[in-house]
Amino acid sequence: MSLLTLEAVTRSVALPDGARLDILKGIDLTVEVGDHVSIVGRSGSGKSTLLNILGLLDSPTSGRILVDDEPVERFSSRQRDRKRGRDIGFIFQQFNLLPGRTALENAMTPLLYASGRQFFSRASIAAEMLERVGLGHRMSSMPDKLSGGEQQRVAIARALVRGPRLILADEPTGALDIETGASVMELLDDVAEQSGAALITITHDANVAALARRHFRLDRGVLAPVDVNRALAMSESADRALALPSGESA
Amino acid sequence: MTELEKTPVRRAPRRERGGWASGFLGAVVEAWDELRIHKTRVLLSLIGVGVAVCALTSVVGIGAIAQQAQIEQLERGSGRPATLVLSPPYNPETGQQGDPAIMAEAAATVVERYAIGYAGSTQWMQLSAQFRDGVSLVDAQAVDVDYGVMHRVQVGQGRWFVDRDELRLAPAIVVSDQFWQRLGSPDLRTHPTIQLLGEDPVTAVVVGVLPVQPFDLSLRAYILNSAYASLATPEQIAQAWPQYEFWVPPDMATELTDLIRRDVAAACGEGWQVDVNRQDYLAWEGGEDPTASIRMVLAGIAVLILILGALGLVNISLVTVRQRIREIGIRRSFGATAPRVFFAVMMESVVATVVAGVAGVVVAVAIVQNPVVRDFVAFGLTDVPPFPVEAALLGLGAATAVGALAGLLPALVAVRVKVIDAIRY
Ligand SMILES: Nc1ncnc2c1ncn2[C@@H]1O[C@H](COP(=O)(O)OP(=O)(O)OP(=O)(O)O)[C@@H](O)[C@H]1O
Ligand SMILES: [Mg+2]
Repeated sequence: MSLLTLEAVTRSVALPDGARLDILKGIDLTVEVGDHVSIVGRSGSGKSTLLNILGLLDSPTSGRILVDDEPVERFSSRQRDRKRGRDIGFIFQQFNLLPGRTALENAMTPLLYASGRQFFSRASIAAEMLERVGLGHRMSSMPDKLSGGEQQRVAIARALVRGPRLILADEPTGALDIETGASVMELLDDVAEQSGAALITITHDANVAALARRHFRLDRGVLAPVDVNRALAMSESADRALALPSGESA
Repeated sequence: MTELEKTPVRRAPRRERGGWASGFLGAVVEAWDELRIHKTRVLLSLIGVGVAVCALTSVVGIGAIAQQAQIEQLERGSGRPATLVLSPPYNPETGQQGDPAIMAEAAATVVERYAIGYAGSTQWMQLSAQFRDGVSLVDAQAVDVDYGVMHRVQVGQGRWFVDRDELRLAPAIVVSDQFWQRLGSPDLRTHPTIQLLGEDPVTAVVVGVLPVQPFDLSLRAYILNSAYASLATPEQIAQAWPQYEFWVPPDMATELTDLIRRDVAAACGEGWQVDVNRQDYLAWEGGEDPTASIRMVLAGIAVLILILGALGLVNISLVTVRQRIREIGIRRSFGATAPRVFFAVMMESVVATVVAGVAGVVVAVAIVQNPVVRDFVAFGLTDVPPFPVEAALLGLGAATAVGALAGLLPALVAVRVKVIDAIRY
């Protein structure tokens, strides 16, 4: 059984001038429990669109999504929201912490939508998670008083408090310098590993992508597996950004 | 990390269901956090609601006190509900008036037969009083001890008559403030006296002084019937026109009116016309509350203020919910369902207005209970009513309703937020 399966998923939008833009063109992807997947692609290639579909935030124009082998279209929107809250944790490039709330309150947010013990002991669960990401001493700090790396660690804690089975990270290191990005990524990789959650990372950074076990490339709405060794070799030559295969044009 | 799953077990597709308690509590917690973080804007938007609730509650509360004051005023004049008045019997053929002695006996029989707890006769007359600076006529009313209870008579100082006063050789009198000042404002503990001129001049002792009434310059006095009987000249007694009052339970008033009329008519004999009427304020206009119209006007004004406050709140919540679209998107991505977002945004308004409402009610209670305000609204109330609970409940209810109504629009905006658009950067 797979945690998440995409079958011939497409996504197109109508542009204001009436034309149709096909962002995703027939994506097939299977994510197993505990999987670690990276997706690279140029800006505008449809990575965020794909991630929104993976996170049940958006629906495909055609094709099917199965969660635990169950088609998602069978869920009501409310069930989808609940499933997302329980099973999926998001990490965004811009951190997306709630302003004006402390690190602890931010980490607690998803638990407000849980029930039972998770809801009632949300403060201690969130505090424990902040300790794990090394921010036990900054719990009552506001996001604007935290560095980018610290903010992203709060976001990681927030994504993990409900113990999701799938973590979706959209360019988690995009707003961080290389070293900070590397340490944040290491942490994310670590906690995902420990909790047994599957991790899908979207990135520009080959070093970040290299942490994953399976590698994909999204190009003009088409998802294709990438040879790891080749990607790593390329990352060495191109250092940070994952170089595009020659002959590729914008 | 007990919450996290480590093993790839198949989860049975179960129905998604959240605990009701945690769902509700969560929304309230969320709303409260939201308010706490936006203290200033919340405070500003709530001033209107708080003031409106305060106004509404005060108006209703003061209305209740003013009503009590008006009722007491009316009761002082015409007795408490239900007061039945037996006028002297009258013979339409001879133009004669009934014998006071027969009437007194008939009244006493009636009181005994129907176990009427409070009753008494009353008559008006003028007395000549010998003040230090000359003789003055005093508007006097001869009453029984019960009159004090039946008309809720209040004294400013000293006391009302008690049964013991019936036995005094020097009759007791209760006088108006003007009367007392004319005496030189003596201390009542020194038992000030005054000469009353009549058949046999007597020295009366002032035992009580009525409260100061603005613009009241009349010399007035209450004297007991028994004392007046020994003071009055035969001519005065002949011209006396005493009427009897009976304080009876309101639900028996109609029945007793007929019974008393019948009994007294029987005692007087053939040819006499006997009138018994209910005279307290509730007997007028079919028992309608005479203060109702004033209160309607006041409540109307308060509701208007409340509507204005609510409009201000709607305005501010609409503006701020637009600024929070991104935040709502983030919450949605962490599992907030659309109904939950709707409810939480709605709760923000409700929690806020309830807090404002409580503050408004507290201030209203402070205003209404303030002695200065009380004296202004209703000077010299005997039965000071406690702060009317219905006013407080009305204030809180109105605050909650306003919050729910004001929260509806922003909640609709919030629930329409498209998550992917909200978190796109
Ligand atoms: N709702 C929409 N309406 C119109 N165009 C859209 C919409 N959503 C996405 N697009 C377009 O689809 C393309 C893919 O968008 P997407 O955000 O998925 O790119 P991306 O790969 O995440 O890029 P980046 O690396 O810059 O974040 C872009 O050209 C974008 O302009
Ligand atoms: Mg993107």
